[in-house]
Amino acid sequence: MAFRIIEHGKLERNVALLGLFALVTVAIGGLVQITPLFWIDSTIEKVEGMRPYTPLEQAGRNIYVREGCYVCHSQMVRPFRDEVERYGPYSLAAESMYDHPFQWGSKRTGPDLARVGGRYSDEWHREHLKDPRAVVPESIMPPYAFLADRDLDVGDMSKQLAALSNVGVPYSKEAITEANADLVAQADPNADSAGLKKRYAKVQVRDFDGNPTRLTEMDALVAYLQMLGTLVDHKKAAAQQVPNAEVAK
Amino acid sequence: MERLMMRGGAWLVTALVLLLAAAASADWAFSVHMAIACLAALIAAFASVKGFDFIGQRYPALSAQAASTYDDDLIRLGVIATVFWGLAGFLAGLYIALQLAFPALNLNLEYTTFGRLRPLHTSAVIFAFGGNALIATSFYVVQRTCRARLAFPGLARFVFWGYQLFIVLAATGYLLGISQGKEYAEPEWYVDLWLTIVWVAYLAVFVGTIIKRKEPHIYVANWFYLAFILTVAMLHVVNNISLPASMVGSQSYTVFAGVQGALVQWWYGHNAVGFFLTAGFLAMMYYFVPKQAERPVYSYRLSIIHFWSLIFLYIWAGPHHLHYTALPDWAQTLGMVFSVMLWMPSWGGMINGLMTLNGAWDKIRTDPIIRMFVMSLAFYGMSTFEGPMLSIKAVNSLSHYTDWTIGHVHSGALGWNGMVTFGCLYFLAPRLWGRQRLYSLRMVNWHFWLASAGIVFYASAMWVSGIMQGLMWREYGADGYLVYSFVETVDAMFPMYLIRAFGGLLYLAGALVMTVNIWKTIAGSPLREELPMTETPHNPEADRPAVAVPAE
Repeated sequence: MAFRIIEHGKLERNVALLGLFALVTVAIGGLVQITPLFWIDSTIEKVEGMRPYTPLEQAGRNIYVREGCYVCHSQMVRPFRDEVERYGPYSLAAESMYDHPFQWGSKRTGPDLARVGGRYSDEWHREHLKDPRAVVPESIMPPYAFLADRDLDVGDMSKQLAALSNVGVPYSKEAITEANADLVAQADPNADSAGLKKRYAKVQVRDFDGNPTRLTEMDALVAYLQMLGTLVDHKKAAAQQVPNAEVAK
Repeated sequence: MERLMMRGGAWLVTALVLLLAAAASADWAFSVHMAIACLAALIAAFASVKGFDFIGQRYPALSAQAASTYDDDLIRLGVIATVFWGLAGFLAGLYIALQLAFPALNLNLEYTTFGRLRPLHTSAVIFAFGGNALIATSFYVVQRTCRARLAFPGLARFVFWGYQLFIVLAATGYLLGISQGKEYAEPEWYVDLWLTIVWVAYLAVFVGTIIKRKEPHIYVANWFYLAFILTVAMLHVVNNISLPASMVGSQSYTVFAGVQGALVQWWYGHNAVGFFLTAGFLAMMYYFVPKQAERPVYSYRLSIIHFWSLIFLYIWAGPHHLHYTALPDWAQTLGMVFSVMLWMPSWGGMINGLMTLNGAWDKIRTDPIIRMFVMSLAFYGMSTFEGPMLSIKAVNSLSHYTDWTIGHVHSGALGWNGMVTFGCLYFLAPRLWGRQRLYSLRMVNWHFWLASAGIVFYASAMWVSGIMQGLMWREYGADGYLVYSFVETVDAMFPMYLIRAFGGLLYLAGALVMTVNIWKTIAGSPLREELPMTETPHNPEADRPAVAVPAE
């Protein structure tokens, strides 16, 4: 070869040089691909309605992560006609901007859940989680009856929100200090939830697990499932989806 | 002796700190983990006081002899650990495959749901089975190709046992419901920190041994091992940056959210495949295939070209896991283009491995271990063709979220990683325990056919179910409505899930045959009485043209 950057024989005789070259070689791809996502503004186009999770929703999300729901359920509707008809408007980047970790998933053994919020009643979710085949006979989902029997134990929810705030979720100071009260208030229709409603737009306040005397893991998980995909006003986003027929006109 | 007491004391203090952490934690799963770690630290304290080089102290002659041989104790342990974790991982896989066909097998217990057992299966096969195979073979290969004993023997022992502790913490964590919810990176922050320490020690032992080498050149297998260790360190550290909600609790939050989190995760996830399951296993191939075939590596130049192009291109391929998602389109396209390009260096490795058999192809007929290596390279070639194909956006729009991906992964994992590991284990067992040869070559052959048939059942079932489900999801009727509800497509998978589980059963049965064979080899049982694995005997009498005998 007429032109050589380096004699390969040198690399084969010097482990430090070989390691350095290998490390630089493997670092390039990630640097070029990933780092721009943090500074290109159009990566996440702003949409109205996005807000951080309420303490109860976040607690439910942690249960969703703990149980590995993501191994069978995606949370990412792709922009195809069949998916939009089956699941609802396709997912926007902004809709998962407060997700630590993201739960887009990689396999649909069960259906996509990005827009499951409001699609079924709380009672349906409860019965389905306790015994999926009682509601959908062909289902192969595991039963999660234990969620209804277990009190929601999150420790100090303020600490959880503070940690989330430290990784970039815009919780106000008030939201963090009131986290434990907000957690309880969302599942108790008789509690004073004025502060909660002010802090979290479109928050759904009710007893989710059908057992008003207890705050269970079922409350948290159903609260999370019932808000999935409900924050953004899709009619505003839908204006961008001009049907081909109209473009032709 | 003083250093010894210091080391023992340090472990004891560590154990005490862990005990305090177990007591202070409000979250009981974290307490269980701290108790396990505390127990491990106590064992380490005991072992470092009690079990230091007492053979060398009492019998200096033996110690001198040891210096003239390689440090193989750990590799023997590694062979056993690889077999053990392999069985555990395959069994977990079979069980969760059956859960998908018969959901009653979730047993109505939180610990045995598919959601918790699936990470157990993937981590057991990738990190426990694959990881132990990589650590054991890398320690074997680096000593032989450098003509030097392992550097830092104490640290090497720490690497092996520390890695086993990582596996135990990860596995028990999944069952207890400790997960950070990132595929193939489910262990929580403190387990990640522990693995980082173990991994840095691994790098130190590996590089230290290379520095001690008596050979001027670093052999090509070691390039691949080095790239694997360095890159996995980079991927693991970056992908797992997270903030614990409490220092005495398991819950943490990753610093990356949404889109960025997705790309960082699949940059990690795809290169766990690229470097853990490809670069590391290519290193195994580059040592054991030429050794078993008794032929030099086919092309030195090809190994240089495909090494650098493979490690450069692999890193870019992550976004193909995120086609048509909310990831920016430019990143998706970049990922697709690089994934397609990756086909070439991947086949460079396959060609270099297969062509090493030039002049020794007859061994496929006579040597079942070579047969295993050839099959593994063939599967490597097939899955590295299928991968780029699935990364094309149009194909991916159908295949993504379906079983096709699962089938693809398993043809790589069972075919390439599994088969090449089995070949290495069969190579290592008689040599490490000083046996004439394996207990049985016929049993290797049985293993080969059981595993191959298992993969065929598995992969073809997943092709059918994946493509069928993908097509059913997008099927429109004449009335312009979707034809199938989601659950109808689930119902249609049932026969395919049965066939898949049957394939897994065959693969597990093959691994059981291997376990018996290696067990008997280690135990030094007399060789199994069996027909030799040679060709059909040649009869010169019969080997002649038929001459017509004139009628009388």
